[in-house]
Amino acid sequence: MSDTMHKTDVIIIGAGPVGLFAVFELGLLDMKAHLIDILDRPGGQCAELYPEKPIYDIPGYPEISGQGLTDKLMEQIQPFHPTFHLNQMAESCTKLENGNWQVATDMGTTIEAPVIVIAAGGGSFMPKKMNMEGEDDFAGQSLFYAVRQREVFKGKDLIICGGGDSALDWANTLQPEANSVTLVHRRPDFRAAPDSVNKFMELVDAGKAKLEIGTPEKIIGSNGQVEGLRIKPKDGEAYDVAGSCLLVFYGLTMKLGPIANFGLNLHENLIPVDTEKFETDTPGIFSIGDINWYPGKLKLILSGFHEGALMAQKAFAYVYPDKKLRFQYTTSSTSLQEKLGVNDKAA
Amino acid sequence: MRIFVTDFDGTEHELEALEGWRVMEIIRDYGLPIKAECGGACSCATCHVYVDEEWFGKLRPMEPEEEEMLDEAYDVKDNSRLSCQILMGEELDGLKVTLAPNPD
Repeated sequence: MSDTMHKTDVIIIGAGPVGLFAVFELGLLDMKAHLIDILDRPGGQCAELYPEKPIYDIPGYPEISGQGLTDKLMEQIQPFHPTFHLNQMAESCTKLENGNWQVATDMGTTIEAPVIVIAAGGGSFMPKKMNMEGEDDFAGQSLFYAVRQREVFKGKDLIICGGGDSALDWANTLQPEANSVTLVHRRPDFRAAPDSVNKFMELVDAGKAKLEIGTPEKIIGSNGQVEGLRIKPKDGEAYDVAGSCLLVFYGLTMKLGPIANFGLNLHENLIPVDTEKFETDTPGIFSIGDINWYPGKLKLILSGFHEGALMAQKAFAYVYPDKKLRFQYTTSSTSLQEKLGVNDKAA
Repeated sequence: MRIFVTDFDGTEHELEALEGWRVMEIIRDYGLPIKAECGGACSCATCHVYVDEEWFGKLRPMEPEEEEMLDEAYDVKDNSRLSCQILMGEELDGLKVTLAPNPD
């Protein structure tokens, strides 16, 4: 088996709090899990949207930050050694002849398992687009929302849009190898780290980069090739700047993405499940957390935890069809305590 | 208390508003199409609204965090605000806002 082909008990799509806690519930029942997430770290919305913001409705924690909760969950599931496939998006889902499912990611990773759990929250975090006419014709050819291969930008006249860390860091990093760099931002202040801003302003002062304050109005170019950008300043007439390559860093938004094509029923972009097992209408595929739907659904982290516990009970039947599930409590069961590494008396 | 919200096709809706609620929550609760992805953490810019000129000056000024987040919003204008940062109170009874475009 190569590095990119894996076999496990359960594939969890989404490494947010609910996906992470599912590892725990599955682990207690001896099921191993692989998690796939498009972000570069676990935590989902808790890590991406509000790492510093306090959450007040996690049982047992009067107040905990998004990152704090993520850290605690990672600690809690550590005994079960989950495997993470980060920076990648679950792209397809296929039923194999042996009855297992195979999930493939956009990075070429494939994972086989009898059970899939979709815990994808609000969907995949994807770059926000510019919302300009003809944008998609340029995308991937001369307009990019991320830097995957730096060579692409060598010798180009770069127009970089945005005022956050990604925009400023890439402007600074690519400046020496690009033919020219123009940064376009809607206001003279930046939310990027002051260090990066200072570094960029030094480039501007030295005549090595340009800064344009205004809002992009139109992409100029044809046949997928960007030739420039029309910019509307706050006061005054729009004007054009020339460039052969556009880099857009407007932050992330959540989209359902390829899960929409997994052949599951959808209810307004959510995945309907039953409330006994949180299984979809496709046997072996479960859905928990914000992305599922059932009558009375509440989008709360704690609801997702509950859903994960019940899901694990049924997942067991797929992973161990010949075994009888015996429900036990972590407070009393020595075998569970051994799994968690907390039983001193067992030895 | 009431607020008036104009949606994408220009229809104005009259919404019952509650003291202490964020305007984003009032709009979401009513069922108008506001994404509000981060749920009010001032972290996503998807609850962007335009505030009617006559009301704009009556709002509490923006914190730097909100101004920064507007960098990720679409079609930002002088009267742009993030509705999760507008707290409803008596002084805003009758507030008029328009949902800003929020493409997929």
